[in-house]
Amino acid sequence: MSSLLDQTLNPLADALRVSGYRQQLLAANIANANTPNYKAVDIPFAKTLRAVQAGQGMGFPMKTDQARQFGDAPGSLALASYVQYQRGSAVGLDGNSVDMNREQSEFAQNGVRYQADVTFLTGKIKNLLSAITGTTQ
Amino acid sequence: MSLFSVFNVASSGLTAQSYRLNVVASNLANANSATSSNGQPYRAREVVFAAQPQSSNPAGVDGVAVAGVIEKPGPFKLVYQPGNPLADAQGYVKMPNVNPVDELVNMISASRAYQANVNVMETTKTLLQKTLTLGA
Repeated sequence: MSSLLDQTLNPLADALRVSGYRQQLLAANIANANTPNYKAVDIPFAKTLRAVQAGQGMGFPMKTDQARQFGDAPGSLALASYVQYQRGSAVGLDGNSVDMNREQSEFAQNGVRYQADVTFLTGKIKNLLSAITGTTQ
Repeated sequence: MSLFSVFNVASSGLTAQSYRLNVVASNLANANSATSSNGQPYRAREVVFAAQPQSSNPAGVDGVAVAGVIEKPGPFKLVYQPGNPLADAQGYVKMPNVNPVDELVNMISASRAYQANVNVMETTKTLLQKTLTLGA
């Protein structure tokens, strides 16, 4: 049974992790806006968040035959398995499929979502602190 | 893996776009160079970008690197100047194949991409600073 602390803070922490990873992907798209044959990538936010909250976001499990083989890479993040190529944007003659307008607006939205998440997390922490100390300060 | 790797990606974009601006400047400056260090007229140049996975980034996040500088193929412009010491037997001098309109469009595109990467860095800096105030 997970503690009250985990139950309260984990969903927001997972959303922060997924948002942070998405921010990196969008930054890579913007940096590669002129690279020939580069196809824009993204993750489906809601689906990835559900998967991470269901516990499938940590580690790549590997089959082991012998006792001394490593079972999984500790601390690795399997979010990379949710990365998909974007569809629906026009592919230029040089093979580049980055739509700058879409990338910049998604980047801005994701940034606001990240900041909102941090604000909610701060609010939750303050709630817990006031419950622990018994004051509303 | 954290937002800090966004700085690496965005700075690789800045480096690539400023290299591109340098090449545009070189082309515009040499638009009338009838000869160069190898005896031939100056040929207009272009950069080629390539996506480059970096070891400090997570999977799927690629930086950009300049794969090389290539010279544009195509005929030289021929200008009739019989008094020029570089003129050939018919009096034509070969001038570089630089198209100023192409170069200015390239320059505008490179500067917009540069600004977009700067925007990415600013936003990420704001997010990281906001994260530092967590719980306070």
